[in-house]
Amino acid sequence: MRAWITRDPIEPSRVLEGVGGAGNGATVLFLGHVRDRNAGRPVAGMLYDAYLEMAERVLDDIAAAAARRLGTDDVAVVHRIGELTVGEVSVAIAVSSPHRAEAFAICREVIEEIKERLPVWKEEHYVEGPPAWLGGRTPAPEGAGE
Amino acid sequence: MEPLRVHLLLFALYRDLAGASELELEVPRGATAALAVERLRARGGGLERLPAAPLVAVNREFAPLSTPLRDGDELALLPPLAGG
Repeated sequence: MRAWITRDPIEPSRVLEGVGGAGNGATVLFLGHVRDRNAGRPVAGMLYDAYLEMAERVLDDIAAAAARRLGTDDVAVVHRIGELTVGEVSVAIAVSSPHRAEAFAICREVIEEIKERLPVWKEEHYVEGPPAWLGGRTPAPEGAGE
Repeated sequence: MEPLRVHLLLFALYRDLAGASELELEVPRGATAALAVERLRARGGGLERLPAAPLVAVNREFAPLSTPLRDGDELALLPPLAGG
């Protein structure tokens, strides 16, 4: 299991290192990247901000929980912060399991958990006009503090 | 009694609204996170633009606003999360 946050460009091949293994018949790789438009408005790039010390721990918790459900160690997840241009990868998740159903399901759970409780924010920069912080989710503290 | 000293962190939109990413705040003994936010907003100078009931983390854990604070706690005000 590996989870980390980086300011450097994400190389998907590096995320795939450490998952796989001879007992696994399926690997799912998810990449999230910066779109060129949002709600019809042309986007030039995205600035990701993070509460780094907390985000590193939360991401580690998310990956560890996924590995426990999977029953193996074959989970790798990385989130990028800083300035990204259109098309660059902001998040990458790799999950391997003996069969494809578990790999797809756990990979999906990891990205949903990231959306739900990783203390990361994004400021969208447009081709024209001032940038704007995007709205997001507010987890219930009771459920999120475990 | 000596007041509590709390180390405040602000991120993203809240940092922009406050014009600062870190602040030191003194609150009375027994203060909750909610009271710290109230005192912070009362300072003015842009801080009043912060929401009265933001998502908060105490010592890097999500916490209810009713959480009692201790001396030296790190209190972070978190805008709605937008990772991914």
